[in-house]
Amino acid sequence: MTATPEATEATPTIVLVGHGMVGQRFLEALAERGLTATHRVVVLCEEPRPAYDRVALTSYFSGKTPEDLSMTDMEFIETHGIELYVGDPAIAVDREARKVTARSGEVFDYDVLVLATGSYPFVPPVPGKDAEGCFVYRTIEDLLAIEEYAKNATTGAVVGGGLLGLEAAGALKGLGLTSHIVEFAPRLMPVQVDDGGGAALLRTIEEMGLSVHTGVGTQEIVVGEDGAVTGMKLSDGSELAADLVVFSAGVRPRDQLARDCGLTVGERGGITVDEQCRTVADPHVFAIGECALASDGRVYGLVAPGYEQAETAAATIASDEASFTGADLSTKLKLLGVDVASFGDAHGTAEDCLDVVYSDSRAGLYKKLVIGRDGTLLGGILVGDAEAYGTLKAFTGSVPPVAPESLVLPAGAGESVQLGPSALPDDAIICSCHNVSKGAIRGAVTDHQCTTVPEVKKCTKAGTGCGSCVKVLGQLVNAELEASGVEVDKGLCGCFAQTREELYEIVRALRITTYQDLLDRHGREGARGGDGCEVCKPAVGSIIASLAPTIGASGYVLDGEQAALQDTNDHFLANLQKNGSYSVVPRIPGGEIAPEKLIVIGEIARDFGLYTKITGGQRIDMFGARVEQLPVIWARLVDAGFESGHAYGKSLRTVKSCVGQTWCRYGVQDSVRMAIDLELRYRGLRSPHKLKSAVSGCQRECAEAQSKDFGVIATANGWNLYVGGNGGATPRHADLLAQDLSDAELVRLIDRFLMFYIRTADRLERTSTWLDRIPGGLDHVRDVVVHDSLGICDELEKLMQAHVAHYRDEWAETINDPEKLSRFVSFVNAPDTPDPVVAFVPERDQMKPDLPLLSIGMRPADVLEGSAQR
Amino acid sequence: MTLALETTDLKIELALADDWFTVCELSTLLPGRGVAALLPDGRQAAVFRDRSGDLFAIDNRDPFTGAAVLSRGLTGTHQGRPFVASPLLKQRFDLASGQCLDDEAVRVTAYKVRTS
Repeated sequence: MTATPEATEATPTIVLVGHGMVGQRFLEALAERGLTATHRVVVLCEEPRPAYDRVALTSYFSGKTPEDLSMTDMEFIETHGIELYVGDPAIAVDREARKVTARSGEVFDYDVLVLATGSYPFVPPVPGKDAEGCFVYRTIEDLLAIEEYAKNATTGAVVGGGLLGLEAAGALKGLGLTSHIVEFAPRLMPVQVDDGGGAALLRTIEEMGLSVHTGVGTQEIVVGEDGAVTGMKLSDGSELAADLVVFSAGVRPRDQLARDCGLTVGERGGITVDEQCRTVADPHVFAIGECALASDGRVYGLVAPGYEQAETAAATIASDEASFTGADLSTKLKLLGVDVASFGDAHGTAEDCLDVVYSDSRAGLYKKLVIGRDGTLLGGILVGDAEAYGTLKAFTGSVPPVAPESLVLPAGAGESVQLGPSALPDDAIICSCHNVSKGAIRGAVTDHQCTTVPEVKKCTKAGTGCGSCVKVLGQLVNAELEASGVEVDKGLCGCFAQTREELYEIVRALRITTYQDLLDRHGREGARGGDGCEVCKPAVGSIIASLAPTIGASGYVLDGEQAALQDTNDHFLANLQKNGSYSVVPRIPGGEIAPEKLIVIGEIARDFGLYTKITGGQRIDMFGARVEQLPVIWARLVDAGFESGHAYGKSLRTVKSCVGQTWCRYGVQDSVRMAIDLELRYRGLRSPHKLKSAVSGCQRECAEAQSKDFGVIATANGWNLYVGGNGGATPRHADLLAQDLSDAELVRLIDRFLMFYIRTADRLERTSTWLDRIPGGLDHVRDVVVHDSLGICDELEKLMQAHVAHYRDEWAETINDPEKLSRFVSFVNAPDTPDPVVAFVPERDQMKPDLPLLSIGMRPADVLEGSAQR
Repeated sequence: MTLALETTDLKIELALADDWFTVCELSTLLPGRGVAALLPDGRQAAVFRDRSGDLFAIDNRDPFTGAAVLSRGLTGTHQGRPFVASPLLKQRFDLASGQCLDDEAVRVTAYKVRTS
C-alpha cells in the first residue's frame, strides 16, 4: 500500500538533492503537509547511507553504531512513497528543461527542486594536504577511515580548535593516539567563546592530556618518502611530529551544483535565497540548510536554523505562509564532557555594554554575562557549567528579576556550599512556601540573635512549608554566623557534636550497636543519658542498620531499641499520608510484573477499598490503609510472592528499566535483567537518604537513568555507569563514572560507590548534593571507587557482600511475629476500633481522604486551650 | 524475665475530668515510642514512656494537620524536657505541658498519668 499517486505526466514532482539532517526534516515537513500524497518525491543522496545524526557524529567513538545514528525510518520513506536513491548524487541541473541528472545517469524531471547539499570541510591550501594520513571530519565514512588508519598511528594532529576540532581531537585520543590541536586563533572555540572562556576550556582540555597550540597556523604537511604524513610545520617555525592529520578548519557551503546551473551565489559562497528559502534566480528552486545564504546575508551552520528553513520551504511549496528571516545562534553543547554555551551578544559588541564575569580556574569554570547600561541582559558565555543556560537565554533581552551576578555564581549545591548563599542577593526568595527572602533570614540571625536553624525557622517561618529549602537555609545561617564571627557548630544536632560521617566511623570502629550506647558515650555532655532527638535517632538508626551485619547488630529495623529510632514510616513499614492513613508499595523489581501478580494487587486494592496509582518508579502504590489493615494486606501480598518495596525507608526504592534488547529494536543489552539484578542486590540497604536507580537498554535512555542516584546505560560493549543524578526540586544530571563495564565490573563499582556514599554523606543528603559537597567532588569519588586511592575498596565491597547475604524481607518477618503485629492497632485500648479521623469520600471512581473531617475534628476544647486555627 | 512479669501487672491510667481512666499495661509501651488510646468521649490520647521510665500523655491530634498521629512521632529531649515531633510536619510538642516548641501560640491538651 502506498499513498503516492502513479507517476504520470500530471503528477508534480519534487526533487530533493541531499539527504542530510535538514533534507530529512524537509521530507517530514512535506509528509506533515500532505504533499507526499499529491507529489512524486525523489531524493538524491550522495552518501552511502540515508540521513543520520551528524551532530552526534563523534558518539560513534563512544559506542554508537552507524545504525544508532540513523535518523531515517525506512517505514516512513516507504509509507510516503518517497523514492530515495542512496549513493547517487545529482551531478547536473538543467533549469531550462527542469531536469536533474544523477551520477547513475538517470534523469528526473522536476516541478520543484530543493537543494540541501550541506557543506564541505574547508582544507587550507597547504602543501602536503592530500597526503596519505590526511582526513576531514564530516561523515561516518570519514570516521571509519580515521579509525582504520589510527590502528597504525601513534600521534594525531587536528587542524582547527573549534567545536568539531575538539571533538576530533578527543576521538583521536580515545583511539589511543597522542593528540595535538593546532588553532590559528589565540584561543579555542574562537567563534563561541572569548579569551576568558577559551582559557577555562584550555585548562580542562589540557588536563585531559591533549596538547593545544593556539595562535599558530599550519604551514605545511610534512610527507615521508612513502607519501604518508610524518608531521607538520607551524607558522612559528616549530615542527610537530604526527602520522595522522585531521583538518577541521571550518566548513564552506556546497554550492557547486548551483553555480554550474547559473543560480546566484554569495561572494563567500552559499546559494542566495529569499525569506521563503526560494532561490532569487529561479522560483522553481529552493535551497535550505548549510548550502543556503539566507535573506539576512548569513549562512547558518547549525541544525536548528536548517530545520526552520526546511519547514519554511515545505510550507511555501504547500502555498502556506512562512518565512525564515534569521535565527538565534545561541548554542549549548557538551564537548569532551565540558559544557560550553554561548547566547545572544556573547562577545559584547553592543555599545556601552558591561561584563559580569565569574571565573574559577581550579574548577575550569568561566561564566560571562554581557549587560546593557540599563541592566538588560544581552548575552553571555558559559564554560564548565551551563546549567543556567536555559534561564539566562530566557532572560536575554530583558532586565532579569535578580542581580545578574547571582545568575552566574554557583547557586544551590556544590561549590555553593561556601559560595552559594553569600552569592545570592538579599531579595532572592529562599522559602517559596512562605515567601521568605534571604535578607529576612539574614535579619533573623543578625537582628533577632537566632543561632540555629530551628530558631530561624520559628522566627521567619522559612523551611516550615514543604521543607525543601532547609538545606540552603542551614548554609545561609552558617554563612551568616561565620560572617559575624560566631563559631559554627557542624554537629549533627543538639545531641551530637559529630557529623554523620564521624558518627559512622565511630559506630563502625567501636562496633557500637545501640543508639543509647552511642549517645551516652559520644553524645554532647548535656545530652548523655537523655532521650536524644528526632534528628539523630533516625540518622543513627540508619547507620546501625547499614552496618548491622558487620558490627553484629540486628538488621531488622523493628528489633528492640531500633524500633524506637525509626520514623513512623519505618516503624509501620508503610508511608504515612496526610490524614494518618498509610500507603503500601510492594516491590516490583525493574518494573516487571506478571499478570497474576497484577491481579493480586488489583484484588487487594478492591477488597480493602484502597486508592491505587502508578508511581514514577514503575510500581503500584495503594493508598488509604489504616494501621490495623497493614498486616492483613501484607499477609496476602507476601502469600502472593511480594516483598517490601521499602518505599517508606531511607533505602533503595526502585531500579527502573526500559524493555531493552529483548523487545526493543534499538536495545543493545538486556536492561530489564540488569535492573532486576541490581534491585534485588541493593533492596533493603539503609542509606543517608533514599536511593533511586534505572537501567536503559540503549543510548536513547528511555529509563531516564541520568536522573538517578546511580544510573546505568547500555552500550554496544557493556554498561556506562552514571552517578549523582536527581530530579525533584534541584534537578541534576548524573555524571559519567565509568564506561563500557562488564556485568561484574558494573556491580562491583556500584557496590563501592554506594558504600562510600553511605559512609561519608550527611544525613538526608542525596548523592547529588553529596557529590557536589565533598572535597574533590566527582574526581575524588572516582579516585576512591575506581582507582582505590584510599585503599578501602576491598572493605567497601565486603560491607556490601555482608548486606546482600543478610537481607531479609521485613514484612515477611513482621507478619510472622505476633509481638510485633500487636503494634499495628489504631488504639492500644480498643484494637478493633478504627481511627475515626481516617475516613474517605469518593473521587474519580476511587476515594480520597475526607479532608474537611480533619478540620472539623479541631475541637473547641483544643482551641480554648490555645491551639491556633491553621 | 521476672522484671517483665512484674511490670505486666502495672496499668497506665490517665486523669480525665471525673476519674482515672485505664489505658493499657505498662509493658505495652516501648521506651521512646508512643501508643494511641481512645478516650470515653471519643477524643484520643498519645501516651509515651521515656528512657528513664517516666510516663506522659497528650492529645493525639496534631493541631497543624488535624490527623490523629502524635503517638507515632519520634521522641527526644530538648533542654532537659521530653518532647515528641509530629510525624507529618515535624513540629515538636513538650510532652509534659503539651506546648508546641516551634509555635508559641499552639498547645495541645496534656493529661496526668500514673501507674497502678
